[in-house]
Amino acid sequence: MTWERMQELMWPATWETLGMVGIAGLATLVIGLPLGLLLVLTDKGGLLQNVAVNRVLGVIVNVGRSIPFIILIVAVIPFTKLFTGTSLGWQAATVPLAIGAIPFFARLVETALREVDGGLIEALKAMGAGTGAIVRKTLLPESLPSLVSAVTTTLIALIGYSTMAGVVGGGGLGDLAVRYGYQRFETAFMWVIVAELVIIVTVLQLLGDLTARRLSRRGDYRSPLSLFRPRKAAKAAPRAEKTEAVEEDLVSSP
Amino acid sequence: MITTKDLTKVYRSRGRDVLALDSVDLHVQEGEVFGVVGTSGAGKSTLIRCVNLLERPTSGTVTVDGVELTALSGSEQRAGRELREARRRIGMVFQHFNLLSSRTVQQNVELPLEIIGLDRHDRRRKAAELLDLVGLADKAGSYPGQLSGGQKQRVGIARALAGDPKVLLSDEATSALDPETTRSILQLLRDLNQQLGLTVLLITHEMDVIKSVCDSAALMRGGKVVESGRLTDLLADGHSRIARDLFPLGDFGSGQADRTVLEITFQGDAPAQPFVSQLARTYQIDINILGAAVETIAGRLVGRMRVELPGSHTDNVVPIGYLRQQGLQVDVLDLSNGVAA
Repeated sequence: MTWERMQELMWPATWETLGMVGIAGLATLVIGLPLGLLLVLTDKGGLLQNVAVNRVLGVIVNVGRSIPFIILIVAVIPFTKLFTGTSLGWQAATVPLAIGAIPFFARLVETALREVDGGLIEALKAMGAGTGAIVRKTLLPESLPSLVSAVTTTLIALIGYSTMAGVVGGGGLGDLAVRYGYQRFETAFMWVIVAELVIIVTVLQLLGDLTARRLSRRGDYRSPLSLFRPRKAAKAAPRAEKTEAVEEDLVSSP
Repeated sequence: MITTKDLTKVYRSRGRDVLALDSVDLHVQEGEVFGVVGTSGAGKSTLIRCVNLLERPTSGTVTVDGVELTALSGSEQRAGRELREARRRIGMVFQHFNLLSSRTVQQNVELPLEIIGLDRHDRRRKAAELLDLVGLADKAGSYPGQLSGGQKQRVGIARALAGDPKVLLSDEATSALDPETTRSILQLLRDLNQQLGLTVLLITHEMDVIKSVCDSAALMRGGKVVESGRLTDLLADGHSRIARDLFPLGDFGSGQADRTVLEITFQGDAPAQPFVSQLARTYQIDINILGAAVETIAGRLVGRMRVELPGSHTDNVVPIGYLRQQGLQVDVLDLSNGVAA
């Protein structure tokens, strides 16, 4: 197979993969974040303690995580049709992808939120903050670096899942690798696709790590990539001095 | 200012009941610094959390600044609106500071003001004022991770003062700090108490904290307040455990039957009189000084001296009477167990 032919096949497949992962990822974020939050808040000792709701959510999440993805794709076909009007194509694959990723992401969100020091919540309570304020001002901002890592992990898992979307004619890079590389013995082409997947996953991971690090203010951590730090316009005079000091340090460091 | 009545807290863990607070009555006067001291597990942490209802007492009442908090609605997890408003008037500082690492110093101080709903401009002005008050005006843009422990606690104090509280609760605020930083933080608390008329309730396991800032103190043991009162009164009481712990004079050697050991406590101007040499001259007796300490407690000079007189207690009734006449407080120690007889 020529390089031109490979490219001809790879570009549409790349966009299919990115489309599937992007839309499913967005849906996962929108539904999984509140779900993870509820898992923490309704838990025993939580701000909205409700053991019944917590149990039900826990069971739903566990069942969702137990079903093998390949079975999930087929099982939710009726639901997919209802949602997208079709049971074929990459658009149809987004529905099972999101359903598979939501419980996974919700658990990661739960873990991230539990890392927030209970003392901070106590401090907010002592200030007279209500549940809403505690969530908005402490739980979410303090766990943001971990949440960003959770998003990264979920997106990468989604890329993995998306390779199985070929079952519903979902296309994408994984499907291409199976159809050409495995079934037609185009081994070279298969490795090219695998290499592309490696590149996508690596770039995603790097971006995620970078964002998480930049958001993390614990200690005066300085990322090796901190040159990319946005130089915010100094808001107050003392702040300006501080920024300059940091820049000087960067210049002098090897 | 703060009154707890018959405050009891029972924890239920694995079917067993643990009594953390056992009908605690506490009275903190307006404008004073009140210290609760006790070993860990004595229930002092539970007590301070019950004052702003971070923990709901099992029974009993808490009244702060005339408002009976225990009568306001809410569960342990979720406070009702009235209770939340009452909490805004009670500042609290914590052992581990509990600052938000994702916010700058200034933003941390602004946090309670955001909750109150103050606008941006007023928040900034107020936060700058408070940071100036605690001596951290130059750190407004730093993150907590870039500060030392003492600086973090100063931010914690500034944050606690944001809502203009009348009452400040301090939960082992200096226990994670080194001695020098502890002194400066205690000094700050004392200054705030005097400048702003702030009532401070602090809990600690260190007697030094009580000694250096408190007007009054309570000793907790096993969930009970076993002793409480103004320090000056406690020091005048020979049986006070707190007074004894404030002044550890150490062991005083082996007791002998024909010796009398006295503990003499003096406050204010009393040490100006050379009572030891007066005693020796008047009664022609040899006085052996076993130990002595002078401290400033609650702003007053207080001293304690342990002396040994020859002869048994009955032989020394007259000299002891003489010392008491001088306005000194004299306790005769029972040598066999080292406590005041």
